[in-house]
Amino acid sequence: MDFDLSDEQRLLQDTITRLLGDRYAFEQRKGYLQAPEGFSPALWSQYAELGLLGLPFAEEYGGFGGGAQEIMLVMQAFGRALILEPYLATVVLGGTALRVAGSDAQRTEILPAIAEGRMKLAFAHSERQARYDLTDVVTTAKRNGGGWVLDGAKSVVVHGDAADRLVLSARTSGDRYDSAGITLFLVDTTASGVARRGYATRDEQRAADVALSNVTVADADVLGEVGAGLPIVRRVVEAGIAATAAEAVGAMEAMHAMTLEYSKTREQFGKPIGSYQVVQHRLADMFMTMEQGRSMAMLATMMVDHPEAAERARKIAMAKVGVGQAGRYVSQSAIQMHGGIGMTEEYAVGHYFRRCMAIERLFGDPAHYLDKLAEDVA
Amino acid sequence: MDLRFTPEETTFREEVRAFIRDNLPTDIRDRMRLGHGPRKEDTVRWQRILNHKGWAGLSWPTEWGGPGWTAIQKMIFLEENQVAPAPELSSFNITMIGPVLIQFGTDEQKRRFLPRAANLDDWWCQGFSEPGAGSDLASLKTSAKRDGDTYVVNGQKIWTSTAHHADWCFLLVRTNPNAAKRQEGISFLLVDMKTPGITVRPIISIDGSHHLNEVFFDDVKVPVSMRVFEENKGWDVAKFLLGNERTGIARLGKSKERVKAAKAMAHEVNANGRPLIQDAAFRQRVAQLEIDMQALEITQYRVVSAYDKAKGSGRPDPLSSVLKVKGTELLQATTELAMDVAGPLSMPVWAEELEAMNEPDDMLEAASASTGSYLFLRAASIYGGTNEIQKNILTKAVLGL
Repeated sequence: MDFDLSDEQRLLQDTITRLLGDRYAFEQRKGYLQAPEGFSPALWSQYAELGLLGLPFAEEYGGFGGGAQEIMLVMQAFGRALILEPYLATVVLGGTALRVAGSDAQRTEILPAIAEGRMKLAFAHSERQARYDLTDVVTTAKRNGGGWVLDGAKSVVVHGDAADRLVLSARTSGDRYDSAGITLFLVDTTASGVARRGYATRDEQRAADVALSNVTVADADVLGEVGAGLPIVRRVVEAGIAATAAEAVGAMEAMHAMTLEYSKTREQFGKPIGSYQVVQHRLADMFMTMEQGRSMAMLATMMVDHPEAAERARKIAMAKVGVGQAGRYVSQSAIQMHGGIGMTEEYAVGHYFRRCMAIERLFGDPAHYLDKLAEDVA
Repeated sequence: MDLRFTPEETTFREEVRAFIRDNLPTDIRDRMRLGHGPRKEDTVRWQRILNHKGWAGLSWPTEWGGPGWTAIQKMIFLEENQVAPAPELSSFNITMIGPVLIQFGTDEQKRRFLPRAANLDDWWCQGFSEPGAGSDLASLKTSAKRDGDTYVVNGQKIWTSTAHHADWCFLLVRTNPNAAKRQEGISFLLVDMKTPGITVRPIISIDGSHHLNEVFFDDVKVPVSMRVFEENKGWDVAKFLLGNERTGIARLGKSKERVKAAKAMAHEVNANGRPLIQDAAFRQRVAQLEIDMQALEITQYRVVSAYDKAKGSGRPDPLSSVLKVKGTELLQATTELAMDVAGPLSMPVWAEELEAMNEPDDMLEAASASTGSYLFLRAASIYGGTNEIQKNILTKAVLGL
């Protein structure tokens, strides 16, 4: 067991922290939100130059051969700065799908394009009726000559409006809730029959609803094997959980630091509020909760590439619950300890709060995973 | 960074598990599986077996009989020992007075006491708290007046765990009542419990057991050679003792053992016409506890591995306060779970009346014992620095408030 970062990892961490320190102050971020994309295309290019967009890809695809730990470091720093760019959607979710299941041709085409900042992806799996059930897919893909025809709809696709290509699931056989019969496709967002409605989400990120009407895709755009998409979906979701767990830890760090700072400067009854024991103990509770969350984010990171699927799923589910609960407690406490100022849009803490709130719901909330874990109690 | 156990660590765990399996006397194991605490002679017997194996001096240097383990190996041992379940090593001997003597003791003190502490030939107790000095330990009043080569000790200690078993007591006394700071007038003495003038009175705790005591000192003569470290510097020793390697304090293995026991019993008892283990609310409660234990386990290894790296700095990691608070919360939650599973059977007191009346009834005995440990472990968030004090420590050390 070893919790230390390697020199390379430390360097990576320093590089990102420095970049975001220079370019992602809360006031600068407000400017990025005004861009039509809802994030900063200039920073996206900068991430590419620094190698962040190719971080987890093999060198033969223009990547840097990083793993889950490197993603954790990046996401944690992104969480501290509340970054808006579609890194999770493109590099983590889309990237994982291609890494796990892409053919050599698909990887050769797409991964270098991602790494260079020329292509963005989104993971279009969830449907309106499905809530958090990964098997609830009713979008269909029907055989049509040498290709497929897609019909259906995908709901709240994170950064779906910025994406050039979707990693999209559809049912090629079986019924709603069947594990078998789900297939993943790479779908060009400009293809005929793809309609996207983009919107802001509560955490100031972007998402889109995607409607598919008679969309034709080639056989070469099937990702992985026909009918065997669900295990890939699970891998993508697991990678997403680990990455957003790290992001939530970064957000918790920021909220905890802000709250601590505020408690030292805000005076009431003639003293800093941090001199009152009731406030001190709440901060201590926030700290302990954050550290427990950090441990769970580490667990998720360590399990992402674990070879045994059941054990991997179980530990990542535990981490998902732990981080979700921690994020909720820390962010609720952060607003409470700030008092009125914490309620304002002008102040950063409420923005971190909403990111944690969104992360808690991405890929399934704590109640959902607690339920799954409870099934296995024996 | 690598969260996995190394192959060496895994092999070590297997070795420890096999040793405990093959060497823990069955009568002790049976009693503890039913949820009883160990008897004095159980603890002595088991610690001597471990000491014979060279494992009792846990964190002591090898020259004093320590096994030379890394902090991670120590955690693995503690966990396996608790999960077994086997009696825990005497913490007074092994994690308190042992390290104190190794750090501050004279050669004579080390030679005289360490081997006997490891083998539990001497049972130690801790004379710290007083009626007026609980969390505010530095306000202690028990006095020691120098008279030539001896101190004459007068005063009262309270909450002294296992004083009625003890051969020796390490005692905090006030040697200078006029010191500028209260902390500067305190000394650390080693007292033979057979010395005339010592009276031990039992305090029965809410679980019905006799674990705690009051100890009265009435003109008790203690040789000056039994003082550890300098006169009036006892607070430094006490701080070292309280801050020293609190990594085992989460007692996670004990929580795991309680959940295991609760699940086993949940197969045996019914709720709404089927085994309780099938009840959705029960399963969620277990799942949540398992999640919390998992998080604490990693936090624990983070603290421990940092300790391994900072070897010998002697400075306690403030994160160990997290282990104390979260660990004892879990200990309390898991003993609560075990008692709740027992349902109405949790209420009978397993004592002479029932033992005489019934055929052996493991279910009833375990049910009753689960309530005993629930009641007893309400103390977990009080002893060793209350959880509120731990938050004060965090506030200062980590938050700088």
